[in-house]
Amino acid sequence: MALKHATPMLDELEKGPWPSFVSDVKRLAAKGNLMCEDWLGLMELSFKEKEGHWKHGGIVGVFGYGGGVIGRYCDRPDLFPNVAHFHTMRVNQPASKYYNSDVLRKICDLWDAKGSGLTNMHGSTGDIVLLGTTTDQLEPIFYELTHDLKMDLGGSGSNLRSPEGCLGMSRCEWACINTQDIIYDLTQEFQDALHRPMFPYKFKFKSSGCPMDCVAAIARADCSIIGTWRDDIRIDQEAVKGYVGGEIVPHGGAGGPRKDFDIKAEVIDLCPTKCMAFDGKTLKIENSDCVRCMHCIRVMPRALRPGVDTGATILLGAKAPILEGAQLSSVVIPFIKMESPYTEFKEFVEKLWDYWMENGKNRERLGELIQRQGLRELLKAVELEPDPRMVNTPRYNPYIFYDPEKVPGGWEHDATEYRKRHQA
Amino acid sequence: MNEEAKDKIIEYVKQQKKSKLYFNDLCKAVPEIKMMQAKKVVNELISEGKLKYWSSGSTTMYMLPSEGDVAKEEEGMN
Repeated sequence: MALKHATPMLDELEKGPWPSFVSDVKRLAAKGNLMCEDWLGLMELSFKEKEGHWKHGGIVGVFGYGGGVIGRYCDRPDLFPNVAHFHTMRVNQPASKYYNSDVLRKICDLWDAKGSGLTNMHGSTGDIVLLGTTTDQLEPIFYELTHDLKMDLGGSGSNLRSPEGCLGMSRCEWACINTQDIIYDLTQEFQDALHRPMFPYKFKFKSSGCPMDCVAAIARADCSIIGTWRDDIRIDQEAVKGYVGGEIVPHGGAGGPRKDFDIKAEVIDLCPTKCMAFDGKTLKIENSDCVRCMHCIRVMPRALRPGVDTGATILLGAKAPILEGAQLSSVVIPFIKMESPYTEFKEFVEKLWDYWMENGKNRERLGELIQRQGLRELLKAVELEPDPRMVNTPRYNPYIFYDPEKVPGGWEHDATEYRKRHQA
Repeated sequence: MNEEAKDKIIEYVKQQKKSKLYFNDLCKAVPEIKMMQAKKVVNELISEGKLKYWSSGSTTMYMLPSEGDVAKEEEGMN
């Protein structure tokens, strides 16, 4: 079936070896989807003119909500009337994105009937992103989502964004915390922050079960909750011998079968703190020097496992680049047990939000506020004591700015009195 | 207390040249209360239809209902 708009430039995007979103959209357009047809025409025009034709802003959600819908309008409704409104709806994903096929079918049916049929599985906070609908369909979609699918809108704008976690204990032997429970609990606890904006800007929680950090919490979340352990790595010396002797394939077999595993080159020498040694028979780890990089565990999963005294490290302040470049989050709580109902953590979050709301400038992420005011101000606000583990490289950077209130006499001193005791 | 704070916020918004204000700006109208408390007041104003949200998608702002009529902006689009 011939499409309404010719798309020679978009067609180029179908020629590579990779799957093309253009082909997907064309397939829907060919079935008579008018929004997709006009969407293709609008994109072609943008490519041709090298100018965007989307306007954004305005509408925020459904009645009672201050987020979850991102208003999008086309600035050429005269040419592309079917995408005059093209709002995005964010749907809060279930913890760890566990769905059954029935729910996925129902979401797609709903979106085919009341939206463009285009989806993005998933956005960077894990939301199901439903792309393109009209203002009059927002309330009916929300009704079906909440009543029939038992799902809710996610966060947008200056809200708490939908919290996200890795698969955690449901699938992963390395999970040190129950990320699914944490994310579900935080989502329920902070519903008000998710749906009614109050922050200077967005705020994201992400939780990974171990330092492998499969949801990239350390790179993306304003507050990262990353599983860790504080006792020793568990070692099965027989399994170590199995790896060295070629009986067990390293990396869980991910690189295919091999017999040439070199424990020195592939594990011992790659340890970032050089805390491991292997004498040909026994593997030894100086656990006090371990920085939980997980490399050795990843290479020899049958021989090494995280310890049993598990909990989480809380880090703050990651963000993608906009102001001052991308930033990774920094440790503020080296270890917390992180057990339900997470009261200690929630109290910490309340103090943290108070501090950010009172001190953050408009559109300033938490990490930028910490960078502007210094970690000391944050620690005072959340009532935490400074700890060497909060310093990125404490062994190389011994310079610490003490709080003047904690130094006798503060920074002021009497130069005349000093000179009486010390010659110039 | 809440009624007094609500009046101050609405009065403040009416006096501003800009039609859209950040939450931080609204809080300047009621410096005597904590921001968490101010949030509750602003939420009530939203529920009562005396203020409304405006969002760019990444940031949320607040405006008077008389400003930025979505229905009017969308007129003729369909």
